[in-house]
Amino acid sequence: MTQMALSPPPVAAEDPRDRGGPAQPMLIVDGIRKYFPIRAGVLNRTVAEVKAVDDISFYVLKGETLGIVGESGCGKSTLARLLMHLVDRDEGHLILDGDLVGEETGVPLDGLRRALQMVFQDSYSSLNPRLPIEQSIAYGPKVQGASSKVAKAQARALMEKVGLKANLFAQRYPHELSGGQKQRVNIARALALDPRLLILDEAVSALDKSVEAQVLNLLEDLKKQLNLTYIFISHDLHVVRYISDRVLVMYLGQVVEIGPVDQIYEDPQHPYTQALLACRLSMDPEERVEAAPLAGDPPNPVNPPSGCRFHTRCPFMEDVCMAKAPGLGDVLRSSADDHLAACHMVHPGSGHSRAPLPVRA
Amino acid sequence: MWLYALRRIILTIPILFGVTVICFALVQIAPGDPIQNLLSPTASQADAERLRAAYGLDKPLPVQYVIWLGKVLVGDMGMSIANNTPVTGEVLRAFTNTIVIAMIAVVIAFILSTIFGVAAAYRSGGLVDKAITAVAVFGISVPTFWLGVILVIIFAVNLSWLPATGMGAGGSKGFDYLSWSDFRFAVMPIIALALPPLGIMTRTTRSSLSEILNQDFVQTLRAKGLSEFEVMVHAVRNIMPAAVAMLGLQLGYLIGGSVLVETVFTWPGTGYLLNKAILTRDIPLLQGTILVLATAFVLINLVVDLAQSLIDPRIKRS
Amino acid sequence: MTDALANSLAAAPVQSAPAARVRSYWGGVWQRLRYDYVTLFCIALIILIVLSAVFAPWLAPFDPYKSSMAHRLRPIGYRQFLLGTDEQGRDMLSRLLYGGRVSLLMGIVPVLLATLVGGMFGVVAGYYGRKVNMGIMRTMDIFFAFPSVLLAVAISGSLGGGITNQMLTLTVVLIPPICRVAETATSQVRNMDFVDAARATGASTTSILFTHVLINVMSPVLVYASTLVSISIILASGLSFLGLGVSPPTADWGLMLSTLRQSIYVQPLVSAIPGVAILVTSIAFNLVSDGLRQAMDVKA
Ligand SMILES: Nc1ncnc2c1ncn2[C@@H]1O[C@H](COP(=O)(O)OP(=O)(O)OP(=O)(O)O)[C@@H](O)[C@H]1O
Ligand code: SF4
Ligand SMILES: [Mg+2]
Repeated sequence: MTQMALSPPPVAAEDPRDRGGPAQPMLIVDGIRKYFPIRAGVLNRTVAEVKAVDDISFYVLKGETLGIVGESGCGKSTLARLLMHLVDRDEGHLILDGDLVGEETGVPLDGLRRALQMVFQDSYSSLNPRLPIEQSIAYGPKVQGASSKVAKAQARALMEKVGLKANLFAQRYPHELSGGQKQRVNIARALALDPRLLILDEAVSALDKSVEAQVLNLLEDLKKQLNLTYIFISHDLHVVRYISDRVLVMYLGQVVEIGPVDQIYEDPQHPYTQALLACRLSMDPEERVEAAPLAGDPPNPVNPPSGCRFHTRCPFMEDVCMAKAPGLGDVLRSSADDHLAACHMVHPGSGHSRAPLPVRA
Repeated sequence: MWLYALRRIILTIPILFGVTVICFALVQIAPGDPIQNLLSPTASQADAERLRAAYGLDKPLPVQYVIWLGKVLVGDMGMSIANNTPVTGEVLRAFTNTIVIAMIAVVIAFILSTIFGVAAAYRSGGLVDKAITAVAVFGISVPTFWLGVILVIIFAVNLSWLPATGMGAGGSKGFDYLSWSDFRFAVMPIIALALPPLGIMTRTTRSSLSEILNQDFVQTLRAKGLSEFEVMVHAVRNIMPAAVAMLGLQLGYLIGGSVLVETVFTWPGTGYLLNKAILTRDIPLLQGTILVLATAFVLINLVVDLAQSLIDPRIKRS
Repeated sequence: MTDALANSLAAAPVQSAPAARVRSYWGGVWQRLRYDYVTLFCIALIILIVLSAVFAPWLAPFDPYKSSMAHRLRPIGYRQFLLGTDEQGRDMLSRLLYGGRVSLLMGIVPVLLATLVGGMFGVVAGYYGRKVNMGIMRTMDIFFAFPSVLLAVAISGSLGGGITNQMLTLTVVLIPPICRVAETATSQVRNMDFVDAARATGASTTSILFTHVLINVMSPVLVYASTLVSISIILASGLSFLGLGVSPPTADWGLMLSTLRQSIYVQPLVSAIPGVAILVTSIAFNLVSDGLRQAMDVKA
């Protein structure tokens, strides 16, 4: 296993399920890739591919919250599904608490399933409309071998834990719940298998501001109580700042910037991140800027632009940006305090006029 | 557009292939040994084998299929057992009789359904609407052969206005659709055929019209000062592509489903031919007729789809 | 006959979701059904028809097979023959009651069988997608290349008459449309997040199919299947009319209509009676399935 220089993790509590020690990241994602084929034509052959997730690497430390932001369609949900093994990856590895997932060696898929759970984006389709919510929650434990009775008791306990009175709600159907209640059920269901890492895909995006705050608080509480690690996906930059320890910014299936939350928000390095943050500010009447800095739609992920994928919208674009794709650096060997950006302007000697001068040896 | 047409045409080929497979299978699922029927009761086992070889029935099924398909493609669908004539000729003659009355029926149904649909949609929920809807439901639920019987009872038995059955003295050879003495034989079959599509098309016309009339742009037209009549003309023009497509589909169903009506009126079309084939257990005739009808149905569907994509280029079906 | 089967498919329910604020799904369905008097009336009518067919031996005033040369083709209300007699002097009312047994059987059994088989293929095609889906659905498309009456006549005509062959034929004819409805419903459900959530628990495909998919696919498929009952009855009577159903002297509405056709000049009204029975039963089933669809298909 790659040995890494890591800063002390935010939560160092001992966990009996821990295998790799507190310094071992909860999850390492190494070069993961997923292209969706597009079929067309008379013979229905694959004519192109959507590069939904294109060579992404990062790690999540035990007990931290990693926020993932990016425009709609940049591949956030696909990434989440890849981590959950809900879509098969084309390439790349997952290392869960020191063990390679899947393949011949390492933790079997079942082990991954228990350790990793997900709260889905769309609260409408994420609950089975024909099952009372108690049964929806109890399904996971039952699958893992718990008796009906035990699973039910567990489901009720979890409902209380996420703030739903079991007596009142257990027998209800999803359509009898509000959006916030549904999302609580979703969280309870994800917790039912006692996971260590929870992937939250737009878990609060569909909620009103006040309900959103309640659910965020609930998530914070649960995290402490249950010693959880979060991957928090959202396009709402405020929420991500509030909840995350580190933030990963995605653009067209790739990571463009990653670093500690305050550094990303106060000193964004990548022009895309800067534009995102400016967009957010422009919402605020006090600091409204004239033109939206992020003009136009994101390019088609089928044929992403050459070189730096952001060059079609980047105000600092130069020839080198079209010719050469800027690297992010070795994320997996970086420390959690490191702030990396995939832009020629931050890489010394890249050939961009704004790049820092190369350090001569 | 052209790509869509090409794709649609190419997709038809495997369907037609499947149709031939099913038609070929019809002979296989028919009980009884066709060879035994051809032999005299005194024939020996060896005679049977020789005959089997002569008809190619000793070969494996896929080979038999290919041989059969080859013959069909050059227009040879075997001999009818009952009267020992080529199936192809009989089916094609009957097919003409079927398609003519089916077309007349469907055009009448189309015209009437547009009128009824407009009348019903004009005051939706009103008395006219309810009456028309009830008639439409009846048209959809009624068994056509029973409807045929009722028509015969009313127009032939009670009123003696129309001949009950057949094609008249001239028969299928000299039948003249333009002369009343011949055409009156076709009247009742046409009515019986037209009623169900009339019910269905009225219902669709009505619902798509009222949908359009509730849309915003119609309010705009009204606000512009167009009369109710002009608004309705506008709405009708809007639903025409869909209605014409519906017409084509119903024509296909009528051709395929005419067997019962033609049997009631002994109208010498493909349906009647089928009935004859069933009664005499003439499997080659049955097979040939089904093959022609199913092929016609597939081709009509193809034409309808292509025509619709021509009329309305927005349509792009997967 | 126009293709009722194809038309029924156009109106097939696609996705049903329960309405808001009711205790349970079926409770809600009942709440809506309670005030739908037409549907309730038709349900009562169907129960009546079913009961009279089941208890035909006790209800029938005469032996349906006992012919009498002296009483051939009597008019409606002639002496003790409430609905007259047929061309062999058999009591029409008794024959109608007995005939209902075959007709109802032909309406219900093929639909049930086709729902089982077609539903299974559809769910498998919808859930597994890709090649499996291609294989199953393209095969079904071939059957759609035949208008339903033609397909029924083709299969039945080759197999020959008889009650088993008739049932087999109708089942084969009804499988493709049910399969298509089940496939559409399943592929919609399959793309819902709760199926992924179930997969994330490590559940087996069988468990997911039974706990999460079937329960959601069932109601659109059943509602659709209920619309097929009346179509099946009409198709069956059509086959019997062509001599491809039960063999005489068994009482069957379609067959009765066919044999009485010879007698329309003598007793037109009596000859029309079996058709009325078919029509009433088919309209009743039609309206009930319409009502069910409305009660079950309310969007949330
Ligand atoms: N099953 C699939 N088949 C083909 N393309 C897909 C599939 N799933 C996702 N995509 C494509 O992959 C890209 C990334 O989609 P994804 O859902 O991961 O985006 P996202 O970042 O989650 O967006 P959002 O914020 O809208 O949820 C999109 O272009 C999408 O169209
Ligand atoms: S590499 Fe060039 S185009 Fe890409 S973000 Fe940096 S400056 Fe802009
Ligand atoms: Mg998403």
